Amino acid sequence: MKRRDFLASSTLAISSLWIGYCASTSRVLASTTGLESPWIRISADNEVTVFASRAEMGQDAYTTIVMLIAEELDYPIQKLRVAFAPNNPKVFGNLLLGGFQLTGASTSVRDAWDRVRVVGATTRALLLKAAARQWNVSESRVSTHDGFIVSGSQRSTYGDMAGAAAREQLSSRPALKDPSNYRYIGKPLTRLDTPAKINGTAVFGVDVRRPGMLAAAVRQCPVTGGRLKSFDPGSAEKLRGVHGVYRIGNAVGVVADDFYLAEKAKAMVRCEWDTGDTSNRKDLEAIMDRLRKASEAPGVVVKRRGNAEDPLGGDHIRVEAQYEMPFAAHAALEPMNCSASIENGECHIWGPFQFPQGVALAGAAVSGLPLAQVRVYSCFLGGGFGRKLENDCVVQAVALAKASGKAIRLIWSREDDMQHDFYRPAAIHRMAGSLSSSGLLLGIQGRGTSHSVFHHFNPEGVKGGLDPWAIEGFENCTYRVPHMRLESLLHDTGVQVGFWRAVSNNMNLFALESFIDELALAAKRDPVEFRLAILDSHPRAKAVLAMAAERTQWSKKRSDGRGLGIAQAECYQSYIAVVAEVSMEGTSPIVHKLTAVIDCGLALRPDQVSAQIEGGLIMGFFTSIHNRINFRDGMIVEDNFDSYPIPRFEDIPQIEVIQAPSANTPSGVGEAGVPLAAPAIANAIVRAGGPRIRKLPFI
Amino acid sequence: MQIIVNQVHHAFDGDPETPLLWVLRDHLNMTSAKYGCGQGLCGACSCHVDGKLTRSCSVSYEEVRGRRITTIEGLPARLGDALRRAWTEVDVPQCGYCQPGMIMAAAALLAVNPKPTDAEITEAMNKNLCRCGTYARIRKAIQLAASRLSALSLPRPTP
Repeated sequence: MKRRDFLASSTLAISSLWIGYCASTSRVLASTTGLESPWIRISADNEVTVFASRAEMGQDAYTTIVMLIAEELDYPIQKLRVAFAPNNPKVFGNLLLGGFQLTGASTSVRDAWDRVRVVGATTRALLLKAAARQWNVSESRVSTHDGFIVSGSQRSTYGDMAGAAAREQLSSRPALKDPSNYRYIGKPLTRLDTPAKINGTAVFGVDVRRPGMLAAAVRQCPVTGGRLKSFDPGSAEKLRGVHGVYRIGNAVGVVADDFYLAEKAKAMVRCEWDTGDTSNRKDLEAIMDRLRKASEAPGVVVKRRGNAEDPLGGDHIRVEAQYEMPFAAHAALEPMNCSASIENGECHIWGPFQFPQGVALAGAAVSGLPLAQVRVYSCFLGGGFGRKLENDCVVQAVALAKASGKAIRLIWSREDDMQHDFYRPAAIHRMAGSLSSSGLLLGIQGRGTSHSVFHHFNPEGVKGGLDPWAIEGFENCTYRVPHMRLESLLHDTGVQVGFWRAVSNNMNLFALESFIDELALAAKRDPVEFRLAILDSHPRAKAVLAMAAERTQWSKKRSDGRGLGIAQAECYQSYIAVVAEVSMEGTSPIVHKLTAVIDCGLALRPDQVSAQIEGGLIMGFFTSIHNRINFRDGMIVEDNFDSYPIPRFEDIPQIEVIQAPSANTPSGVGEAGVPLAAPAIANAIVRAGGPRIRKLPFI
Repeated sequence: MQIIVNQVHHAFDGDPETPLLWVLRDHLNMTSAKYGCGQGLCGACSCHVDGKLTRSCSVSYEEVRGRRITTIEGLPARLGDALRRAWTEVDVPQCGYCQPGMIMAAAALLAVNPKPTDAEITEAMNKNLCRCGTYARIRKAIQLAASRLSALSLPRPTP
């Protein structure tokens, strides 16, 4: 299913949502226990609990979603109790992602904006209706104020009215607040998870503690996907504090009193592996060679305009370029982990999950229990970036709980995490364009070749050679060029690849935005003016680009050999432009400043929009300069933060984030900061007197 | 054998080579210090041993036995409160996994250098990694806490 289809079908679902919500609200009722619905519980003693329906991995979905409910429920947000939602896709499914209960693709706010506010408003309307009936006044005379239901001198807590509210029915959809009455939306509000995250009490996956729970580690084939032929625990089992050594699929699991012992014991196990055929992953260059060769074949057209068969036409100035992106690791600071226990016919699974529905399905499959007997408990994620969508660690944890009969907390070592990642795929982009003699852009063609990230996740989602997560940045290219053909081509590299923050935007926008700059230079035109001239069909993109140029004093010449480079795109329905200020030190670029202008529609939490863009720019910039995953006979060479550095204090350039005022529907933010840093830097390097770099990383 | 964490004595009779991090996390169930790399490369496990910033993944129980170990829960009230208040006002954390370690590193810095310069902050904090990229906010929060703490230490003006 194409991403656009996801979006189209979700609109339908939203319009019928509130009815479904009312039905589920009124189904659960008991005057003694208050009001219970999947999203909100109001106990008779006035404890108001809200369920956070999305993973919290730093992107602030936790506070934002709770805020949307608090806004329409008209209840003081600091008095709410917040819990992570259980696995219940019928209620919490992501309507922008096929209804799966899944956090990704910068959809949390877009998906929540209408439906979650309706949940809050509906609950409030039920409370008001109950109060009107009880006080024998018209509904129009009942309101809420500061956590109470009020009418004249009458006053009630939400809890006092909850039981009666649960028996009410609404005849029409309640109105949502007028934006002028917003108490939280768009206003300063500290993240609700900040206190727990700075006093050590926030529970991340690795922090799960249950009575009798033991630590666990796994020994995995050095080559991901390899088979365990045989193993001999040797003296590992005899270590004091080690409870058992078990085969779990193609890995060996060790259960011990603590993680140190589990790691120590796993190293003592003698394993015989069948690494399979690794000839296609001898080293990175061999993989890239095959990718380059593959990229010569035609791909699937994802964007076409004018004479798409021959967008370059005949007798014009022709520009061609080829761009290369390497594999990259997620390297979240919290390594992959999962806790599990199987007891009394139930399977309990705790951990940092972006896809709790998938966790439940995996738990059922591995434990052999019916899905209804599988309970998933989501924790805070110590970084996700797409990695924690995957269930590899969940499968191991449940298998180990089953094999050992214990409650276990499986944590991957940093080395496990880095060497068994689902890497951002490498990509080759072949771009070509034609210019008139007066420097007008006449046509563009481009082909991005990379390994499908979606296929392993949902094979049915990749049809006719089209992976909906390989075409971002191309499919929604904002430029209006007379003739255009952009293609996507899939090539299996044999490497385990997956979703890496901003996914294919990273590859497609590095190529596209570098190439647009190359065309501008070939046309002897200013890169900003060149872009503005082909953005007429996207006024928001145009405004963001113009604002970025203005705020960075684009036309002012820099001293000290510094140059500015720019890039812009639509990313998860937001519009963003990034300007990099760079100088060269020998052959290495020094990034002095990154400026981003974003139009993300109405900014629900302005400070956190900035925080996300700041973090995204840092991830994008640093990865583009330093990071590459290497291979040796199928094994990953990098294994920790010394060989695969992530940014540190000394690396951080000055960063400025500017939010373009916008009243449009809120759009994606969590990933939008990432993909444009690389092309902006590449473009700035040229203007700082350096070479055109078409192959990442820069150093 | 005894281990003293936040002024409380705890018994531990496991392998003396066990890193402090796993004594804290898996034996005492004190989980504020996080595992990130196991090699002293990321600082997520930062604690204080006799007031000195220490990577708890890289010192053994044997090395810290009988010494004063401080985790974020046990920071001296004045310093801890100032840092937490600043961290809250700047709203520093994103995923938050590195933040206890960051605050422990910042506390160790301010304890010896109440008014650090930008360069001194970078130097002191450079071995603590944040994957979300909250660095600018951490710097701002440290400066805010430092300015508050030094304002508090000024002698009271005579009436």
